[in-house]
Parts: sequence; C-alpha cells; structure tokens
Amino acid sequence: MPWIALRMLTGDRVKYFGLIFGIAFSTLLIGQQATLFTNLMLRAASGVFAVSEADIWVMDPKAQGTDATLALPSTALQRVRGVPGVLWAVPHLREAGSVRTAEGALERVSVVGVDDATLVGLPTTIVEGARQNLFRRDAIMVDTVGFQKIFPGAVSGSGRELELNDRRALIVGRVDTNPGFTAGVIFYTRYSSALGFVPGTRNRMTFVIAKAAPGEDPDEVARRIAERTGLKARGRRDWVWDNIRFIASSTGIPFNFGITVLLGIIVGVAIVGLTFSLFIRDNIKQFGALKAIGVTNWGILKMVLTQSLWIAVIGYGLGAAFTALFIWGTSGASQFKGFFLPGEIMVGVAVLVFVMVILTGIFAVRGVLKLEPAEVFR
Amino acid sequence: MIGTPIDAARPAIRLENIRKSFGSSDTKVEVLRGISARIEAGKLTYLVGESGSGKTTLISIIAGILFPDSGRVNLFGTDIYDLPGNDLVRFRLANIGFIFQQYNLLPTLTAAENAAVPLIAAGMRRTEAVQRGAAVLERLGLAAQVNRLPRQLSGGQQQRVAIARALVHEPRLVVCDEPTAALDAASGRRVMELLRDVALQPGRAVLIVTHDNRIFSLADRIIGMEDGSITHDGAGAPEEAHP
Repeated sequence: MPWIALRMLTGDRVKYFGLIFGIAFSTLLIGQQATLFTNLMLRAASGVFAVSEADIWVMDPKAQGTDATLALPSTALQRVRGVPGVLWAVPHLREAGSVRTAEGALERVSVVGVDDATLVGLPTTIVEGARQNLFRRDAIMVDTVGFQKIFPGAVSGSGRELELNDRRALIVGRVDTNPGFTAGVIFYTRYSSALGFVPGTRNRMTFVIAKAAPGEDPDEVARRIAERTGLKARGRRDWVWDNIRFIASSTGIPFNFGITVLLGIIVGVAIVGLTFSLFIRDNIKQFGALKAIGVTNWGILKMVLTQSLWIAVIGYGLGAAFTALFIWGTSGASQFKGFFLPGEIMVGVAVLVFVMVILTGIFAVRGVLKLEPAEVFR
Repeated sequence: MIGTPIDAARPAIRLENIRKSFGSSDTKVEVLRGISARIEAGKLTYLVGESGSGKTTLISIIAGILFPDSGRVNLFGTDIYDLPGNDLVRFRLANIGFIFQQYNLLPTLTAAENAAVPLIAAGMRRTEAVQRGAAVLERLGLAAQVNRLPRQLSGGQQQRVAIARALVHEPRLVVCDEPTAALDAASGRRVMELLRDVALQPGRAVLIVTHDNRIFSLADRIIGMEDGSITHDGAGAPEEAHP
C-alpha cells in the first residue's frame, strides 16, 4: 500500500509540488532564522571565544557581559593570583574608543589590552604580521573585518598609522577573529599601551583572565576565586552563557526571531495542512473505495503517513539545502563573518518539520478514517 | 481466507430479518423492514427497485460495509457481523469484489495497477499483482489499455477496469452498484454480458443493484424491492419494470 500511496501523491503534480514547496519554504524560513539568531547570540560571547587560553574570567560583581562591566582595582590581579588552583592570571582590558579613518570619518572601535609579557588575550590566528610586532611602541593589531571597514579594499595594513582616541597608533598586523556583538572594529594592543590609548579613571582593568592549574576544575577554581576575593568569577562556558543571556534579555532579538520562526511554522502548517486536506478531499471516493475493498483504517493511516514522510523528507532536504546555500553564500560578507550552520539547529528543524507534516497529515485524514465505506454506494 | 469452504448445498448469502433505519426519534426512517432471503452462487441476481426502496442499503449490508440494526447476514457460512474488529475488513478483502457506479478508480494508477489494488492490499508483491491485474484485463478485452491511466479510457473501458479489480482476487461474492448507470445502452449491455461471462462461476455469487430495465433479460433472478421490503422474487422482472 505504501507504493499506491506514493503513486496517488506524486500523480497529482500540482499538489505534490505545492506540498514540497510549502515544507521547503517553511524549513528555509525556520532554519535560516534560527541559524542567524544562534550566530548573533554567539557573537555576544565572541570576546570570550577569542581568548582561548583562559578558562576563568574574573570581573566586577556587577558585570553582565564582556562589554558591560565595571573596571577592577589593579590589586585584584594579585588577589586572584593568590587563590589556590590558579596556574596563572593576567590583566585584560576591554574599552570603547574611536578612530579617525583615512577618509577622516570617526569609527567606534573596541580596544582590547592583552597581557604585556605573554600576549595572552590576543587571538591565535594572525593573518598579517607577527605576534612579537605588538611589542613595538604604539603597536596595534586589527581584526580583518574591522580593517576592511576602516581601509576598504586595502590588502595590507602593516605600517599604516591611525588616530586612536587622538593618539598615534601603528598597525603592525591583522588577526582573524569574529566580530563582537556591539563593535565592528577590534584593536588589540598590549595592556600598558591600552592604558595610554584609553584614558579613564584610576581603575582601568576590566577583567582578570586566568588558567586553572592542571587537575583543577576551572568552575571550582572560579567558585574559590569568587569566595576569596569577593569578585565575580566564571568558568569559560558559564561566562559564554552569561554573555548570551545578557544580550538576549536586554534586546528584542529573541522575540523578533521567535516571531519569524513562528511565522515559518504557521506558513508550513497552513500550506501543508490546506494542500493535504484538498488532496485527501479530492481522493475521498478513492479512499472510500479502498476501505470498502478491505483496507483497514490503520492501512489508510499508514498510506497517509507514508505520503507525509515522503514529502517531509524531500521538502526538508530542499529547505535544508537552501539554508546551507544561504549561509555559504553569505559567509564572505563581513556582517556574516564566522556564521555557520549548527547541526543541532537542522536536527531541531527536522524534528519540527516532521512533527508538523505528520500531524497535518493525520489531521487531514480524519475525514477518511470516519468515512463509512458504505458512502461509496451513495 | 476467512470463511468456510464452498458448499454447493448451502446458499451463498443468507439474510435473516434484516432491519435498518437512519436518523433518530422524529426523523427516524426505517429503510429495511425485516428482509430475509437466500441467494445461491452461480447465478446473476439483480436487486431492483425505485430510488429509496432500500436496495443500496441492502447491498451495503450484504457486502459487509454497513452494520444492520438487527438480523443476521451469513456469507458462505460466516455470520459476517459477528466477526471481531478488522476480521470483517479482512473478510471483505478476501471474499468480496466491488464494482461501483462511478468506478472509483485511482486516477494516477494505470489500468493494470488499478486492477491489482485488492491483491496489493492483501500483501502480494507489486509486480506479481500488476501482472495478474493485466491478465484479467486481457480477458476483458483491454490488453492494449493495460498501461493507460483512467482518464485515457472511455467510460465502458473504465467500467471493465473496475470489473477486473473486482475479480482479480477471485472473490466468492461480487457486488455491483448500478454498473451501467454511467454508460450508454450499447456499452451497458456489453459490460453486463462481459460481467456475466467472466464473473459468473459455480462457486461465486454475483449481486447487482440496478434500475436499468434494459439489462433485466440477462438476470437469472430478480429481487424487487419497495419501501424496505421484498415485493418480487423470481426469474423475470416485476411487471411494472418491463421495458
């Protein structure tokens, strides 16, 4: 009977392609929006991802995110270093600044001060220049996306000079890192240089980043740091989620994306549900004849489930392919830098689409299940 | 196969005091008023009567697709409405062939595939079932049309495909509802002659609901109905029904 079910389905070309289009479109809408949302949320934690060496972040107790914190007194560094289980701890500065571009325009930037001695905090992928270049006077490294924003079309940055907060800054290289949620341009410099670039109050150090000693659980060490210093200390994963939660709760992004995903579901249910219902209604006499001949209700249900699964597989496959194509096609654009298609999202969308299609199929076939076989004689 | 072996001495269909009504309280209409009858295999039996006489309701009950309010329906030794759950459905699949007034062919299947539907529903492999469907169509004179879709066939040809579908699994009872209603006189007569030639066998009962008096002469027995009761039973047609 599955074969007959598929022949019934594929023989009605208009409805068949309508069903596949509906599912593919719904999959694309849900998958693409969920992917954009996830990647945007991950950007909230891009500052944490960029510092791969540290597994503990220490900050002011009121800190909510990498770009929403208060500075710490410089004594905090020694207090963290004194906590048992800390292998090393270094200062980390994140501040906003402004830079004058070659065209004379002002651009908001994020200044990140990394440890003077070890350069811990600097992204590991250097696409131009060398790490040690950062030891030069007034040296900064700029992220690749930000570089294109300041010097559109330029292929090399080394040797270029900028005015960063009205102070001379010398570009000595470029690093590859994903843009942050708030700033489009990120400058990396040594901590001591950053203090000069970003004038401010007595307390300037925004974070202490640390590494747990071998054999120590970073979360446990973070708890110990918080206990002994009175500061907020978070393990890397917790801090990533803190950043994501902060952006999610302080912006309307989840709501907006949620509405679009909901629209995707509604569009899918509407198109698939209506088309399936029309298909069943058009074939009601034939289904009735099958019931009279000797096909059980379970047999009819299996036929409709087969049809549902068939269109779900093809529709979802097309929709997922289009979603992947979209992500791949836009990956070269700076605003989508680092965006990827998480497998978990496509698995989730698959579950959603399959449940949606099967439920609409069952809903559409209710009339057939209730149909008395004797109706075919009337 | 559900049911008992064929016994020539026993009637194929035994109806005992069948009653059926539709609606409730004020709108209740009694459609069958205690029908009892015996129908033998190997004969072409017509069920005739005016619209509303109850013949379609009766054939639905005989075919196992409509439960009577009371009474017994025994087909080939089996009281079909005593069968539990899906056993009645399986009984129909194994023992009854249906020919509908509007054919009810699946529009996206070829003639041979349509003819093979009862075999596929019974679990036979598709290729074998379609071959057997095609073989029956050849016996019905549709060898050249086995791969055509219903929309590519004339009304008479579609009805022959429906006949093939009703016979392909060699049922013991074939029920037909107005098989000539959608055909012109010549086509209708040809279909009925074909049905008589191909369907009628010693162990098989063929029951036809019709009010087409042009084909009454082909019947072995005609049961006339009026107002839910049998008013005529004999080899010839009721007086008022003669052409």
